[in-house]
Formats: sequence, C-alpha cells, structure tokens
Amino acid sequence: MTTVTSSERGLLPSAEPLALLTAAGEPLPEPVLPMPGDEVLLDLHRRMVLGRRFDAQATALTKQGRLAVYPSSRGQEACEVGAVLALDERDWLFPTYRDSVALVTRGVDPIETLTLLQGGWHLGYDPYEHRVGPQCTPLATNTLHAVGVAHAARFKGEDSVALVLLGDGATSEGDTHEALNFAGVWQAPVVFLVQNNGYAISVPMSKQNAAPSLAHKGIGYGVPSVLVDGNDPAAVYAVVRDAVQAAREGGGPTLIEARTYRIEAHTNADDANRYRDPSEVAYWLGRDPLDRIEAYLRSCGLLDDARRDAVLAEAEAFAAKVRDGMNADVEPNPAELFEHVYAQPTPALREQAAHLAEELR
Amino acid sequence: MTLSMAGALNRGLADALDADDRVLVFGEDVGPLGGVFRVTDGLAARFGEKRVFDTPLAESGIVGTAIGMAMNGLRPVVEMQFDAFAYPAFEQITSHLAKLRNRTRGRVEVPVVIRIPYGGGIGGVEHHCDSSELYYTHTPGLRVVTPGTPEDAYHLLRASIDSPDPVIFLEPKRLYWGKSEVDFGAGVPMDRAVVRRAGADVTLIAYGPMVPVALETAEAAGEEGWDVEVVDLRTLSPFDDETVAASVRKTGRAVVVHEASGFCGYGAEVAARLTERCFHHLHAPILRVTGYDIPYPPPKLEEHHLPNVDRVLDAIARLQWDDRVDGVVGVA
Ligand SMILES: Cc1ncc(C[n+]2csc(CCOP(=O)(O)OP(=O)(O)O)c2C)c(N)n1
Repeated sequence: MTTVTSSERGLLPSAEPLALLTAAGEPLPEPVLPMPGDEVLLDLHRRMVLGRRFDAQATALTKQGRLAVYPSSRGQEACEVGAVLALDERDWLFPTYRDSVALVTRGVDPIETLTLLQGGWHLGYDPYEHRVGPQCTPLATNTLHAVGVAHAARFKGEDSVALVLLGDGATSEGDTHEALNFAGVWQAPVVFLVQNNGYAISVPMSKQNAAPSLAHKGIGYGVPSVLVDGNDPAAVYAVVRDAVQAAREGGGPTLIEARTYRIEAHTNADDANRYRDPSEVAYWLGRDPLDRIEAYLRSCGLLDDARRDAVLAEAEAFAAKVRDGMNADVEPNPAELFEHVYAQPTPALREQAAHLAEELR
Repeated sequence: MTLSMAGALNRGLADALDADDRVLVFGEDVGPLGGVFRVTDGLAARFGEKRVFDTPLAESGIVGTAIGMAMNGLRPVVEMQFDAFAYPAFEQITSHLAKLRNRTRGRVEVPVVIRIPYGGGIGGVEHHCDSSELYYTHTPGLRVVTPGTPEDAYHLLRASIDSPDPVIFLEPKRLYWGKSEVDFGAGVPMDRAVVRRAGADVTLIAYGPMVPVALETAEAAGEEGWDVEVVDLRTLSPFDDETVAASVRKTGRAVVVHEASGFCGYGAEVAARLTERCFHHLHAPILRVTGYDIPYPPPKLEEHHLPNVDRVLDAIARLQWDDRVDGVVGVA
C-alpha cells in the first residue's frame, strides 16, 4: 500500500469520495489511503461515542430551555472527531457554530463550549489555551482568519498548521474564495475541511454549486483538493492527517470536501420537513459513521462488548457532567458588558457602567 | 383584518408580486422554507421558482446581482437573513446600490429593496441582533424605512417596492409576531413620520422596535402627570423634518429613543436637526435614550442594554420641568 501525499495527488479530486470502509464497515479491497493504527481507530470510536452523547445532551438541554439555540452535528461525527484527532496539540482549529463536538474532542471544557449557545457570553473558552479560534457565526469569515494564523505561524518559524471547518453553504461566500486564493499564493500551512452535509439550512447542494464537487473549487486557486467519504472516520482521519502533514512540511494548503449528512434539523428552531424528505434521512441513518467504525472494530477483534460498555459508561458520565454544569444557574454579571470593549474602559463607558449599576441597585 | 407584522409583510410581497411581474423575491432560504422568519411563506409555491427563489449563500452576490437585474428592468426584493449578515454586501450597498443614479447622472435607476430582519430583544446569539440603521442612513442615495406596526409594514413595503430609489427595509424582529389591525385600503406614504399619540408636554421620537416602548412609556407617563406625544418616524432617511419639528415646537421637549448605541447614533442627528429648527421653542435640551456603546450583548444580558419604559420615563423626568432640576445631561 502506498501513501499518497496531497502534492502527489495533484489538484483534481477523485470522482468518488475516498474511503477506507464500506457503509457496512468492511474494509475496502484496494485502499488508496493508509488505514490508521489500532490506537487511533479505538480513539476515534471512543470520541465519537462521547461526541454523539454530548450532542444528544445538548439537544435535550435546548428542549428544557437551557440553551438559546443548538445546531446539532449528529451524523457528522466522523468529520468532527476525525479531523480534530488528526491535529497535533500545536495546531490550530477554526470551528463554526456547528462544531461543538469538534471542540469537546479538542479538549475544550463542555460547559465552556456551550457558553455561546447558552447565551451567557459570546465565547466561553480561551482561544489560546487549546489553540481553538472563536466559534464562528458569520459564515466563512473564519477561513481568512485561519489563513492569517497559519501564515503567521510560518512567519515566526513555527511548524503548526491551521485547520478550518466550514459548511457547504459557506463555500459560496466571497471570503471562502479569497481565503483559498491567499492560501494558494502564500502556500500557507492551512487545511480547509468542508463538511458537506447536503444543506445550507433549507438550500440543497443543487442550488448552491454547479461544479462536479466542492473539492473542485481548489483547482482555480492552485490548492490541491480531496473528496472524502465524510461518514468514514478512518478515511477522514487519514485524509486530514495527510493534508496536515503536507502543510507542516511546506507543501501548502489543501481543500478537503467531506460528504456527510445532517441528521437533525439545522437548529432546534428549524423545521426540516419543509424542505427534505424523511426517506433521505432514513437512507443516511443507514450510513451512520458510528455504526461503521464499530462494525469494523468488532470484525477485527479490537472492540468487544466489555470495551464498548466501558465507553458508553464514560459517555454517560460525560453527559451527566454537562447536564449538571448547565443546570447550575450562573447569571452573567451585567458589569461585564462594559469590560473588554477597549483595552481600557473609556470615560463614557465608565459613566454608562455606573449608570447601569445605579439602575440595578 | 388582524395580522402579525410577518403576516402583513408576506401579504405585501404577495400583492406586489401579483401587481407587477417585474418583481422578484430572492435570497437565502426564502423559497420552500419561506424564510427563517416565514415572511416569504408560500410565495415560491404560489408564484413559481422564476419569481421567488433561493440563491447561493452569498450576500454580496445577492445584492450585486440584484443591482444588475434592476439595471435591466426588473424590481428585485431581496432578503438578508439577519442584520449582521448583510455586512458582506456592504460594498455593493454603499458603493454601488446607493451611488449608481448619481454616478450616471440619473441614467441608471436601481429600484432594489433589501429587506433586513433587524434589531434585538429576541434572545438571539451574537451577530443576530445588530441595529445597523446608521450605516445605511449615513449613505446618501439610500432610502431607509422601518415600520412599527403591521399596517405600516404592509404599506411601506408596497411603497418601497414601487419606489424608483433603492430602499433598505429594516424589519424589527421583535415586532414580527405582534398582531394588530391592518387596513389594506389606507395607504401610508413613504417619507412621512406620523404622530401615533397626541400629547402636549413632551415628544417621544421613536422608530421600528422602539415604537411600542414609546407608546407604553406615554401611558405610564400619563399616570405621573406628563402628557406625552409619540412620533413614529417610519422613514429614517429621508427625514421628515416637518412633522417632527411641528411636534417639538408644540411640546417644547423631546426625547429620542433607539436600540443602537448612542455615540454617533441616529438620535444625535435628530437632536441636532431639532435644535437647529426649534431652538427657541425648547425648554430643555433634547435627550437620547439608546443602547450602550458596546457590542450587542449575549441573550442573557440584552435586557440591560435595550432601552425600556423605565429608562425613557427617567429621561422625561430629567427634562428641566422646574428650577430645582438643573443638570439634565445623563447617559443612555
Ligand atoms: C454571512 C452569513 N450569512 C447568513 C448566515 C445565516 N446562516 C446561518 S447558518 C446558514 C447555513 C449554513 O450552511 P452551511 O455552510 O452548509 O453549514 P451547516 O449549517 O450546514 O453546517 C445560514 C444561511 C450566516 N450565519 N452568515
């Protein structure tokens, strides 16, 4: 088996998504990617179980009114987890609002991960602590930030890489195209991972894009592009790892399109029945990334009931921690409204803070 | 007929599509989904994909192509999904939409309407609650409209679509679901403010999301012995000096209320214009009640930022009603 680096792969993505496992979890006979090692596969499985449980817990908390809004990534765990595990600690991650599972996989505290969606503050975690950019709400703006951070890393002589996550819809924004172009021109160590989950809220791919694939968008910018099965955790890991490695070694950027599916609605506020057929969801439920890796791990004797139960128990404990943390009523301090607008509060802000304090007395 | 503002806007779009086949409605999720606030609900089914359609996710693209379509005889009505998500289109709006008529000495007309769900008070996360009116009102060539009632929403939207000039149509999100009576025959002119409630002692000047707050304040102020007049601007640009100045000449006192930050805010323009026109009628400086000078806060803190009845009442109280009160300048 040969390892194909992104530069050898050239600019054109494959016609069909690269994969290592079939939908039933059987290994493909002639893989073009290296199968990750056993430890990695087991870690992928464990983190995906935790991620799925976290997602279910966040959804439940939304129903109880604990979160202002929650965009679920159920069904996209292979991307969320595979991509993050392919990074080293020194690398950067630039997530969107949907990537809470990527954040907890990265090690961000789950409560801090949910702060934005809970409405307590605009961001709960310290972006430098885990090298995770602020979760991005305006679409595609994070792509340019990732290129800038990656360029700066190289400028400073570091070998860290920036991975930016975006959705299929976000590829239409001007910022995505500017980011790909900058990355190509600068040969910046950045990896773009498009989680193509089929819809931008209600708008399907057919109304978003006329190219053969979203990965094709790299060609015009001189950015090598890869199309991968986004429900195959082993393949997502291998492809992202490869792209990160290439970037680290000076090989420049890669654009990866991962074909996946959003099982839940866009957010809890959305009604997906207005724009998609339940049979489509059923089809994708049959291609569940978690089932796929579990079947594979069992077939090669890496996973048995005992280990699976242990992982499930860990996931339950994790969910309980999230529940307890979110059920504690922590009210943000109104005085904080006036802090951090500037490095030092201006006289006007001090006056306004005093006014509010007076009002709240 | 009793309608919510979202319902009145939906009816306005449908009637405009019906009345003129040059009218097109497009944007993100405005087709089968009917928009995230359901303002375009049912329009794609009724008027077909050629007239009402989803675009790729690109605000600059939406506004830029709308400009081209308008140059070529169509009348696009586009939706920006939320206030802060219009910013990628800022270049197209401020440099092109606003200027084409002037640049071409009147030869090119761009009758585009940009509908923007606007403002806070609905518990939205960041970037979903901006009050961005000033970016647009500061740009010559744009008309900026924001309704405060379902009836105004219907008529002002129809008038905006008929307007030969580009219109930024700001839809106060927090008023989308409140219902009231709509008279379709009434007609509401563009560019005219309206006295929503007559009073003799002080004029509250409000628009869009703050209209109900101003009216509620007027009721509460009545109990304290102040007879409050409420002016709803409806069109922010161009400004209706006549209606507003007449009210302030009558009452001699004025408070401007808006959600957006006060510094360099719309209220500053209103206060300056009124000072220039009504100086000798004023018994007190014109006060502003606005959001603080901070980025829009997270949902759990937005109530502390947004002007409310108490704050407006407090401003009224500071309007030099007698010799004992001499300091009137206060924040927010
Ligand atoms: C600049 C901008 N325009 C519009 C929106 C409103 N919006 C939020 S999510 C979304 C769809 C995004 O789809 P996609 O990029 O495919 O990501 P997904 O939600 O599927 O993960 C839209 C239009 C936004 N957040 N930012």
